[in-house]
Amino acid sequence: MTDIAVVSVTTAGPRRGWRSLGTWLGAAVVGITLFAAIFGPWLAPHDPFTQDLTRRLLPPFWMDGTDPAHPFGTDQLGRDYLSRLIYGARISMLIGIAVTITSGVIGIVLGVIGGFAGGKVDDAVLFAITCRLSIPVVLVALAVVGLLGSSLTLLVLTLGLLLWDRFAVVARSTTMQVRNLDFVAAAWCAGCSRGYILAREVLPNIASHLAVVATLEIALAILLEAALSFLGLGVPPPLPSWGLMIAEAKEYMFFSPWVIMIPGVALFVLVFGINLLGDGLRDLLGTGERS
Amino acid sequence: MLRFLIRRLIVALLVAATVLTLAFALTRLSGDLAISIAGPNATQQDVELVRKAYGLDRPLIVQFGSWVGRAAVGDFGESYFFKQRVASLIGERMPITVTLGLVGLAIALAISLPLGVLAAAQEGRLADRIVQGITLIGQAMPSFWLGLILMILFGIRLGWLPVSGTGSWQHFVMPGIVLAFTAVPALTRLTRSGMIQALSSDYIRTARAKGLSRLSILLKHALRNAAIPVVAIAAVQLGFMLGGSIVIESVFALHGVGFLAWESIGKNDFPVVQAVVLVLAVIYVGLTLAADLVNAVLDPRLRGQ
Amino acid sequence: MSEALLDIAGLRVTFAGGTAAVRGTAIAVNRGETHCLVGESGCGKSVSALAVMNLLARGASRSADRLRFAGEDLLSLSDTGMARLRGNRMAMIFQEPMTSLNPAYTVGSQMTEVHRRHKGSSRQVATDRAAEMLARVGITAPGMRLGQFPHQLSGGLRQRVMIAMALMCDPELLIADEPTTALDVTVQAQILRLLAGLQRDLGLAVLLITHDLGIVARVADRVSVMYAGEVVESARTNDLFARPQHPYTRGLLDCVPVPGKIRPGEPLGSIPGVVPRVRAGFQGCGFRDRCAFAMPECAAEVPRHAAGEAHDYLCRLAADWSGLRGAA
Ligand SMILES: Nc1ncnc2c1ncn2[C@@H]1O[C@H](COP(=O)(O)OP(=O)(O)OP(=O)(O)O)[C@@H](O)[C@H]1O
Ligand code: SF4
Ligand SMILES: [Mg+2]
Repeated sequence: MTDIAVVSVTTAGPRRGWRSLGTWLGAAVVGITLFAAIFGPWLAPHDPFTQDLTRRLLPPFWMDGTDPAHPFGTDQLGRDYLSRLIYGARISMLIGIAVTITSGVIGIVLGVIGGFAGGKVDDAVLFAITCRLSIPVVLVALAVVGLLGSSLTLLVLTLGLLLWDRFAVVARSTTMQVRNLDFVAAAWCAGCSRGYILAREVLPNIASHLAVVATLEIALAILLEAALSFLGLGVPPPLPSWGLMIAEAKEYMFFSPWVIMIPGVALFVLVFGINLLGDGLRDLLGTGERS
Repeated sequence: MLRFLIRRLIVALLVAATVLTLAFALTRLSGDLAISIAGPNATQQDVELVRKAYGLDRPLIVQFGSWVGRAAVGDFGESYFFKQRVASLIGERMPITVTLGLVGLAIALAISLPLGVLAAAQEGRLADRIVQGITLIGQAMPSFWLGLILMILFGIRLGWLPVSGTGSWQHFVMPGIVLAFTAVPALTRLTRSGMIQALSSDYIRTARAKGLSRLSILLKHALRNAAIPVVAIAAVQLGFMLGGSIVIESVFALHGVGFLAWESIGKNDFPVVQAVVLVLAVIYVGLTLAADLVNAVLDPRLRGQ
Repeated sequence: MSEALLDIAGLRVTFAGGTAAVRGTAIAVNRGETHCLVGESGCGKSVSALAVMNLLARGASRSADRLRFAGEDLLSLSDTGMARLRGNRMAMIFQEPMTSLNPAYTVGSQMTEVHRRHKGSSRQVATDRAAEMLARVGITAPGMRLGQFPHQLSGGLRQRVMIAMALMCDPELLIADEPTTALDVTVQAQILRLLAGLQRDLGLAVLLITHDLGIVARVADRVSVMYAGEVVESARTNDLFARPQHPYTRGLLDCVPVPGKIRPGEPLGSIPGVVPRVRAGFQGCGFRDRCAFAMPECAAEVPRHAAGEAHDYLCRLAADWSGLRGAA
């Protein structure tokens, strides 16, 4: 007889369309970059490390005096810019994902323990988060790399140890919410063990929130790696990190701005794409406004 | 309220103590500090001399005790490279970093507040989407790269501003803009969501029922409430900005503490690095306390208690 | 009879999700009279009132055959024109006194601002007026209250402040949307007495929304009963209680048989089922899935019958069908 409708007040049609366009765009950017990262050695037209001092700073294809063999030109040492860019995608994606896995494990463990246990344990977790937030990330990462010498592993570990705060905050608050839900209480009553409840009830329910955080953290890690490499204390040369490419090309940027534009735009587009994907994921999973 | 603030103060002190320990541990990470200080060409004898001179031959716990004891009264020892008291070195550089931070924050607020209000007032419409696009762009923009682009554009092509250095107020414009850019996305989002929440509240319905003008409803009734958390977060954001200014100071060769830390890291000048980490952390903790106070002052519900 | 102060006909409100919250409501409020709008939760009372004030949230669309206030056509009025009426000649108070005042400003600041906006008065004049109105709604030490923030006042006091604020500019019409629901029982009675007194003294027209029939019996001159977005019956209060026509109204009154002997705070109705949420395009009588007399023809358009002077109802049953009552 009468229609009983579930009214959704928030989502209007056209906005959804707009949003999904952004999500697809983000997915495309991330997909292409991942592809380039994985198949880099087969895709790159040249070896990214081979120098040719007779062919330095060749301009990219849209300018005059280009060489078709080097569509994005060459750098100050005559290395093929497109090949370096493709290998740089490997570094960025590798660091972004590895750092996020490291920081994710730390943050989620801390957050879930705090949120699940409550009381004194939770106070301790909150205190750890507060301490972490008061530490200046870039400075400490630079200092560690400066002290121990730069290497990829060290960089991943350092950033992983520094970027777990958002994971911990989100894991903690969502665990608290889930813990108070009926079905979790029911599981308690049914005599299930703590570990079982954590693994079967809590984690699946907070996973979507954590997935959204993960995208943000990948983007942040990529930006930080680029900044550290730019400052000379990130990825060791001659590895072609995009940040390092910008740093090495800096001297030439006033005469040939494209030397910093190409890796910079790549960096910007990748991070932009990851964030778009993250926003789309958040809408899709309905995990609410991120703050 | 007072009890709350006292509790916060105690937590702040504990955080400072923890960071103090971490800052000490940081410099011992590399193993033998004496070898690093003496440099790559040093002989075994040199290293031993250094070890004695810097007290590195003492047990670790004694070294830690003496570092804590002196750091607590603001004595961070002497810089290996600058041959100067670290405290006075930081004291000289701090005004530049603080100026940069405040300029950055002012610019960030001047951009974020209007953008956030506009987006909330036009929620779901074109203007809102544009603002959200701007925050996404700001979030994805590598600050050092933005700095370089501004340098090319305003420094070289247009010649309006000095490219690097510390001489005049003009030197702070570009770094300030870049630093502001790092805070704009978060502050805009916060303003927007705060305004949306305020605009959907009952007291806004009352204000509309009173026949007030749109402007008065938006700026007097909604913004006043939405701004409270934004102003508080702005203080915290300033802490992040000071910590992150190292990148921007390096790009623009602005000789603040960030630049000092960068130089010192390159020169293995540990007392300076240690001290800068600690000082920045303490400033951050102080700013979060200030944020609570600001909150208490701005919100009449907290003020009374 | 002269033209009603507020004259609503065929008012419709549809929300973005497709809910038809109000479907052709007709209400006429005369000058100086208290008109009660009753009905179960979710039947569209608040939405109707907000539609009159043009205060609906974004995403709601409003239309009406006729929407006139003091002879002025509200439908053709611009947003600014409407804002000039609101708070000035027509005022509204709400169900939630705890959240309806802005926490960031003092009572005085919020009260004076209406007067200054509409009457262009000076700060001093507005403040005097605010103190006068606070005294008028029975608040002692008005001067002190003016400097206080909302969180320093109790719920009852806040609702008094809301009333005083609504009356700052001497409106002709006051819409009160369940002004006592959120308050405890003794305070409820005080606020109602206050409203009744003010209505009499100031010659106000009041549109009082409530689901409490006890309140209706005590204060209303006329009653309109709403169900699923429509006014299903409208009559003078005595008439309605004496000769209810619509099966829904009868169902309501079954649990409160005698006017004047009603316990205040009594919940409305004990009819099985809940108010359906109706979507746009719904046809026929909205009550038919709960009505004991429902027939196939109730799914077609239902006529509006008259049952005496100024008494009409929306049902296929002919007037005074009480003989059928036993059959139910
Ligand atoms: N902003 C909105 N968006 C979508 N639907 C709404 C909105 N506001 C109200 N409604 C719907 O309109 C219908 C009428 O609501 P209304 O608030 O007018 O009921 P009411 O009669 O005032 O009830 P109560 O006695 O509980 O105040 C309800 O079904 C409600 O769900
Ligand atoms: S129209 Fe039919 S269903 Fe509706 S109230 Fe009358 S008899 Fe009942
Ligand atoms: Mg209501």
